[in-house]
Amino acid sequence: MSADTKKVLTSPIVDNNPIALQVLGICSALAVTSSMANALVMTLAVVFVTAFSNLFISIIRNHIPSSVRIIVQMAIIASLVIVVDQVLKAFSYALSQELSVFVGLIITNCIVMGRAEAFAMKEKPVVSFMDGIGNGLGYGFILMTVAFFRELLGFGTVFGIEILPLIQNGGWYQANGLLVLPFSSFFIIGLIIWAIRQWKPEQVEKD
Amino acid sequence: MSANKETFGKTVGFVLAVCVACALLVSFSAVQLKPLQQANKLLDKQTKILQAAGLLEAADGNIVATYNQFVEAKMIDLDSGEFIEGNPDLFDERRNSRDVEKSEKPKNDIAGINRRSHDAVIYLVRNGAGEIDTVVFPMVGSGLWDLMYAYVGVEADLNTIKNVIYTAEMKETPGLGAEVLNPAWIALWPGKKIFDDKGQVRVELVKGGVKEGNPSEAYQVDGLSGATLTANGVTKTFKFWFGDEGYSAFIDKNRGGLN
Repeated sequence: MSADTKKVLTSPIVDNNPIALQVLGICSALAVTSSMANALVMTLAVVFVTAFSNLFISIIRNHIPSSVRIIVQMAIIASLVIVVDQVLKAFSYALSQELSVFVGLIITNCIVMGRAEAFAMKEKPVVSFMDGIGNGLGYGFILMTVAFFRELLGFGTVFGIEILPLIQNGGWYQANGLLVLPFSSFFIIGLIIWAIRQWKPEQVEKD
Repeated sequence: MSANKETFGKTVGFVLAVCVACALLVSFSAVQLKPLQQANKLLDKQTKILQAAGLLEAADGNIVATYNQFVEAKMIDLDSGEFIEGNPDLFDERRNSRDVEKSEKPKNDIAGINRRSHDAVIYLVRNGAGEIDTVVFPMVGSGLWDLMYAYVGVEADLNTIKNVIYTAEMKETPGLGAEVLNPAWIALWPGKKIFDDKGQVRVELVKGGVKEGNPSEAYQVDGLSGATLTANGVTKTFKFWFGDEGYSAFIDKNRGGLN
């Protein structure tokens, strides 16, 4: 793997994170982060969709007429999303019931469109594919972090395994109801952005 | 290939080609995965029915075999309460309740379902000796955000609840309304009564928890804290489905015992 490919793959995780730096894809980050299992499945779905939409779009990038390029990208992305939804229904029925709505909304996730338009339309297929995986992982990194705090503090569990025994089950931990609600992700994402920018001050915007 | 790719003909041709390729991809995956998806759906339904009948642990993973051995699906007409001919496997409550000929507007739509199918499928569950020992009634009603579907397992006296199992297909708030799926809440149901001596539907969720020793205790289950509207929806769903426009005709006919 060349240094360039590696950079394309890893830089979106912290240095150029689609949620924390570009502030894209916030909507689904609010919706699916109430449990880590949901966040993990959503991450895998987005990695798959961004990687393959980037790959296919990059393969045909020289043939896409620019007047219809957005709609062509959308057609490819939407098809991939439907495939993901079908696979989920076939292999993980319980999760698909909870996530189906949000998987459908991957179509409108700005990260997927953004990478297709900004990267895959200009670059070669393999490196575009890597970029898709990298951005999916960057998205997933934030998702998993948010879900970790929301599930731990909101339900006292991690991946459904009890860590903080709840009072209602005879333990000592009073669950924080705020973190169960979607908008609490705003606080956690805000704190993550702050933490990353403390660590990497070059991400701070100049006034 | 730079300048001439923008002509009208090429654009239309290209878009058509992309559409065909995408359509092939989507239909291939849909057709290939359909048998698996349907099997999942059926398995999920059978699991819920066994759970409502209190047989899930005894089934020990053999859902399909246990279901086929003990459960019999039967169609009934809700107004008359009689069993009717028909294939329960083909019955689809959701399709029926959208079909004007197969459903009607309830006179008193407390469950917020808009239309109610004329027919229903109930599940007769036999014990090892072949006697009907539980009847599972499906019900549907509005929660806070959308319809919620449930299976209610009732003992042969058609009054004592075995289990109330909601399906995961709901839009209630996680941690609040969606706590109807919480095993701790589900465990509150067994033994509760639906009707009082006069045949009134009394079962209800109560806000703030059931007071021990109060005369209505047998009909009451703890509400869901922070989810009053979901809890009210559950109570109203019971009132509707075990009331005059629900299963009461069937239950009145068969209170003496089913066989």
